[in-house]
Amino acid sequence: MEKLFKQINQTIMAELRDGECLGLGFGGEQSAFTRINAAKVRQIGNVDEADLGFNLILNGRRATGSISLSGDLDEDLSRARGELQRLRTEVVQLPEDPYLVLPESKETSRSEKHGNLPDAEAIPGILLPAMGNVDLTGIWASGRVYQGSANSSGGYHWFASDSFSLDYSLITPSEKMVKATYAGTEWDQAAYEAFLADSITKLELMSLPPKKIEPGDYRTFIAAAGVSDILSMFSWGGVSEAAIRQSESCLGKMRNEKVKLSSLFSFSEDYSSGFAPRFNGNGEVAPEKTTLIDGGELTNTLVSTRTAKEYGVESNFASEGESMRAPSMAAGSLKESEILASLGTGVYLSNLHYLNWSDMIGGRITGMTRYACFWVEDGKIVAPIENMRFDDSIYSFLGENLEAVTEKLQINPDVGTYDGRELSAVVCPGMLLKSFSLTL
Amino acid sequence: MDLHQLLSGIDVRADWIGLRYVKENTGFRLVRDGKPEANTRESKQGVMVEVLVNGQFAYYGTSRLDKPGIQAAAERAVKLATAASKYSLHSFGTDARPVAKGSYSSPFQTAADAFSPGELSDLLIKATAELKVSDKVVTTNAMARTVETESHFVASNGSDVEQKYLMVSADYSAIAHEGSVTQKRTDGGLLAKSYQAGMEVFNEADVLARCRNIGAEAVELLTAEECPTGTMDLILAPDQMMLQIHESVGHALEIDRILGDERNYAGWSFVRLEDFGKLQYGSPLMNITFDPYVENQFASYAYDDGGLKAEKEFLIKDGLLIRGLGGMESQLRSGINGVANFRASSWNRAPIDRMANLNLEPGNSTQDEMIAAVERGVYMTSNRSWSIDDYRNKFQFGCEYGKLIENGKLTKTVKNPNYRAISNPFWRSLKMLGNRDTFEVYGTPFCGKGEPNQIIRVGHASPLCLFDSVEIFGGA
Ligand SMILES: [Zn+2]
Repeated sequence: MEKLFKQINQTIMAELRDGECLGLGFGGEQSAFTRINAAKVRQIGNVDEADLGFNLILNGRRATGSISLSGDLDEDLSRARGELQRLRTEVVQLPEDPYLVLPESKETSRSEKHGNLPDAEAIPGILLPAMGNVDLTGIWASGRVYQGSANSSGGYHWFASDSFSLDYSLITPSEKMVKATYAGTEWDQAAYEAFLADSITKLELMSLPPKKIEPGDYRTFIAAAGVSDILSMFSWGGVSEAAIRQSESCLGKMRNEKVKLSSLFSFSEDYSSGFAPRFNGNGEVAPEKTTLIDGGELTNTLVSTRTAKEYGVESNFASEGESMRAPSMAAGSLKESEILASLGTGVYLSNLHYLNWSDMIGGRITGMTRYACFWVEDGKIVAPIENMRFDDSIYSFLGENLEAVTEKLQINPDVGTYDGRELSAVVCPGMLLKSFSLTL
Repeated sequence: MDLHQLLSGIDVRADWIGLRYVKENTGFRLVRDGKPEANTRESKQGVMVEVLVNGQFAYYGTSRLDKPGIQAAAERAVKLATAASKYSLHSFGTDARPVAKGSYSSPFQTAADAFSPGELSDLLIKATAELKVSDKVVTTNAMARTVETESHFVASNGSDVEQKYLMVSADYSAIAHEGSVTQKRTDGGLLAKSYQAGMEVFNEADVLARCRNIGAEAVELLTAEECPTGTMDLILAPDQMMLQIHESVGHALEIDRILGDERNYAGWSFVRLEDFGKLQYGSPLMNITFDPYVENQFASYAYDDGGLKAEKEFLIKDGLLIRGLGGMESQLRSGINGVANFRASSWNRAPIDRMANLNLEPGNSTQDEMIAAVERGVYMTSNRSWSIDDYRNKFQFGCEYGKLIENGKLTKTVKNPNYRAISNPFWRSLKMLGNRDTFEVYGTPFCGKGEPNQIIRVGHASPLCLFDSVEIFGGA
């Protein structure tokens, strides 16, 4: 794949005319998917795809596009030339773009991570027998993901990574569920079977008769998987500098009214875990770590070079949408062994579901509890709870109601596949809240 | 590229082989505050090769469109199906892929290329100027999305279906800000103005008039009172009913969800297989149809991606649940009557049960009669927040714009209107249904579901609806 990208890059860049600046972005994957329901194969297949993005700039104007690549060099060069021609015709018709960013980063990087992945045909045979009689539903995804970036100033980046993930739910006959993700780069059959056996053990806790709780404010522990869903909301009307400037951010209050969150809450964009490449679509390389919220104070936002130009601030080479690519929340001091005792009486939430801003500017989020969620009394798990709706503001539950943060950090891989297999992961702890509002 | 030739050139042993070629060009233009933010076009093409071996389907999606590429994909798919057939959830026969021959072309008046990139960009710039009705409007956006799709499906059983679409979505939005209050108004929420139509959608006079209204309503919301809290009557505009139908009827009736396929992702359903023919889903006013032939509706088509011919069907009749949203695979697995809704988001995904056009049929009441019937309540329009549980029971939705209804009259504008309820009791509280004059057609490009994930377009049409005793509340 890299050879194809390099050949197209060299050929197309050599054909540019005076005054034209071009950025190219490569994305591709060779993926094996197995969809499982009731520990049987529901659907199985492979997908090979690659696309090439174009960012053409001429006389202060910009037109962009992307095409599918077939893998055949002659065919793909012909498609690439066609797209360049289309962009040339279009770009002269467009208005001038005052916040234009020239793709002029000259940096280069290369990263290839090879794993040890099972063959696609072998997957049902290695996954399913270990499931035994448990009702398991989920998705296996494996294979190589590619990203590349190049520009007419000579910048060049290549990133390729092998990975696998089995994201699954275990379900009891009374419809109580436990969620887990087994992910990595080196397949280890024994480790997989041990991991699965451990989640089957957790499922047994769910067979206790469920307790229905009434709407109200409760002491609440949210485990890392649930915290990662909350943190992901900051990519949407959150840490983007453009969103704050354009009055479309929940953090506007922190900037404009100097409101603070809890001193226990620190949050950054941190690439040190290595899941996602540091270069953006323009080939600009982000700092390894950018602290966004430090001890409850908004210290930085994600700033793309385009936003930097518009508002006269400094870029930290965020992607154009200024969403997080490597979210990471700092650990606290609550020991795993002390979570239940510290919670005392309240609810323990393993996972959340379907989050949305119920009032973005006010910082209020609604969503559901899901999977292994329990009623805890005097530090002991008493019963699983029926799923509840929550609706509460980050300025409360990440503010004065944040009582403690766990010492242990968890890596929550993004198993999303809408735009192809995601590469990122949210690194975060669990958190204990003095009060959390359950509404329905 | 000749798909028939590629199909006849495949040399593998399988009980059925299908090829589905999809080419889709998505153009997207966004202007913010009079300046260009995006002028882009994504062009995708590829072939989904699907085989049936030993009762198990397997697929190989490939962007290699030549004979060796398709042959290699078919060989790999046969290997996958053979290996997986030892663990099949359900053993399918060839009846899961009916023989289909036909074509479909979406209706439009003005072709996509009738507007040059420069002309469309100019219109969007003018639109943002109209949105800025005062200095209190701090951000304006105008957006146009055009999708041209060609799909061609051929299979070893003789199926041959060509479908072509031109689809247009547009949105215009204004954010107003004063003191510590910020309010946003869009053109119906959620990119609701999504249609199978042509560039006639961008009629300048019409677009600019709508923009002035959107800007004015954003400013009006700055000084509006907070939506009251309490249990009272709720009138929902058709652009919010779109989301209401989608989340609390559509997803709940998908047979693959009821069969548990989505339990690790989108979720299960409170509806069970034994509920069909028995469950009183809503009040007797409620009639829900799967209708693939509403003129200009966003998800009209003639055949689904398994080759089943699309027909209009009642899913809920006089409030009673009678039919599910399931294509042939789900119908064979469940024994429940379904519809032609086995759809894939593109060439690189296998079809699953999706909504298409899912509509609430109109009733007999006029808008005036409905408002006059409310002693105290709230009218809400244009979705801005949506969340529902994994069984499709407990939902909470918020709208951009509300009006108080007092003693049978619309009175003050209210901001941050929200409501929450549980699906069946909510639909059973539907007490008045608007007539055809109140009926409006909407759609959205963004319904997410499936593993691997798929985003698909859906259409929803509805009249104005009055619900009894709903929990309503305001903002932060
Ligand atoms: Zn949906």
